[in-house]
Amino acid sequence: MAEKAATAPETRPLVPHLTLGETREQDYLNGSRCKNCNTLYVGPRLFCGKCSAQGPFESVRLASEGEVHVWTIIHQATPYVQAPYIAAIIDLKGGGSVNTNIVGIDPLPENLKFGMKVKMFTEKVSEDREGNSYVAYRFKPA
Amino acid sequence: MREVAIVGVSMIKFGRYPDRDFSQLAAQAGLDALKDAGAQMKDIQALYSGNLYATSGSGQRVLQQMGQTGIPVVNVANACATGSTALREAFFAVASGAYDMVMAVGSEQMGKQGLLGSRGDPATSLEGRVGSYMMPAVFGMAGMEHAREYGTQTEHFALASVKNHWHSTMNPLAQYQKESPLDEVMNARMIAYPNTLLMCCPTGDGAAAAVVCSMEKARQFTTQPIKIAASVLTSDPFVDRGLTLPDINTLTRNAAKIAYEQSGIGPEDLSQVELHDCFATAELLHYENLGLCGDGEAGKHVASGAPWIGNKVPAKYQEDVEPFADKTYKPKSKAVVNASGGLLSKGHPLGATGVANVAEIVWHLRGQAGDRQVENSKAGLAHVIGLCSACTIHILTK
Ligand SMILES: [Zn+2]
Repeated sequence: MAEKAATAPETRPLVPHLTLGETREQDYLNGSRCKNCNTLYVGPRLFCGKCSAQGPFESVRLASEGEVHVWTIIHQATPYVQAPYIAAIIDLKGGGSVNTNIVGIDPLPENLKFGMKVKMFTEKVSEDREGNSYVAYRFKPA
Repeated sequence: MREVAIVGVSMIKFGRYPDRDFSQLAAQAGLDALKDAGAQMKDIQALYSGNLYATSGSGQRVLQQMGQTGIPVVNVANACATGSTALREAFFAVASGAYDMVMAVGSEQMGKQGLLGSRGDPATSLEGRVGSYMMPAVFGMAGMEHAREYGTQTEHFALASVKNHWHSTMNPLAQYQKESPLDEVMNARMIAYPNTLLMCCPTGDGAAAAVVCSMEKARQFTTQPIKIAASVLTSDPFVDRGLTLPDINTLTRNAAKIAYEQSGIGPEDLSQVELHDCFATAELLHYENLGLCGDGEAGKHVASGAPWIGNKVPAKYQEDVEPFADKTYKPKSKAVVNASGGLLSKGHPLGATGVANVAEIVWHLRGQAGDRQVENSKAGLAHVIGLCSACTIHILTK
């Protein structure tokens, strides 16, 4: 791939299922719904893994609110991440499940409940050598 | 399809072999399996080589070590089910009539890189920023799904480690042969809740091999051929959340159903099971997935003593188990689970695991398993799962 030299640093979503707005308050999770079988996917899709349709897909905006399906607390992490932290699967209101970190509470089992209500927010989490910023979504207790 | 048998098996002790190449580990296992079979390289008509970390051509490099006879080589990579998928290819090659005698070998040299390793540019890595994708997270959360559904306690999961670590003291080929009472397992360093360090399998280097042939040919080599009564491979079907949290259950249930149908053997007929306990949480989920107990009964099952060697909890651990046992519980299957010590003790050199599990069952069926011998073993099941996602089940009988 050809790299363009000396381009202005960009702000990019860390994952394709995060759509960035003008401000962080306008960021949202995106999904796509198979028009053939109605299956809802997190993020964009070209093909349907359930019914094998080659589309079309309807782009949808996923909810920012959800409930904790399951959680774990990671104590041994990769070097650039501060451990311990909470990793969880969130079932979004209206459909779709995402893997995420829960922040804003101490990473202790007694602070976590199955089905607890959480809300999404986004923040810059890293920067590459070219100065591009990466934004990720996280959840905190609602 | 004709009947297929295993006439030779071997595994090298799993551990660290920094001075050996993976192909030397594999060749050692392969030559040992030939010796066990009473066969020679010239009898082998094809090689199925399972390895994940070596680049393509792994099997050819194994032959460069143990005998370049010019036979066809198929290199197999299928996550943690790599070795067992190689064995399944060997099974079909013989069952179809294409070959009379072939070899499956699984090997891996992992060095010190564990299951916690994460590669890629730190700036764009998702790990720890958008949840966690490492194996400890996946299997921690898989255990938590069981806790959510059935109220399973961390101690229930931890008992699988107590059992398997005890079993390993009777297996000289296990990477670790160290017992751990319940409080030691519970108080070990937390890796990913609810799995502590003693509830995670070690990684390392290792190799295992099996000589596979037609039942007719087998009788020329041994009076004790072991029959492959079922050989099944599944992948993960579409389920809700499956693309977010890998589903280790559905594909195992699907594979078990096919394997029981294929063999005409049910969970109640099994003398023993070697299942994929990469984490202690996984062992309990697979009791239910393989039908050894009913759904939600896994905690009671491990505490009942049924899956322990001798079908009972040894006296020294009875105090540990007592609070979690249900005296009214009747186990559906009395299959001893992970007599080898399981991945939790034996180690998990990815490509070798699936062949080593089958070797373990073969030794028990022949009555060659030493101190850990499951008494009068008649039928055994070997289960492996790799993300995302491949599941193999082999059922072996005398
Ligand atoms: Zn569809």
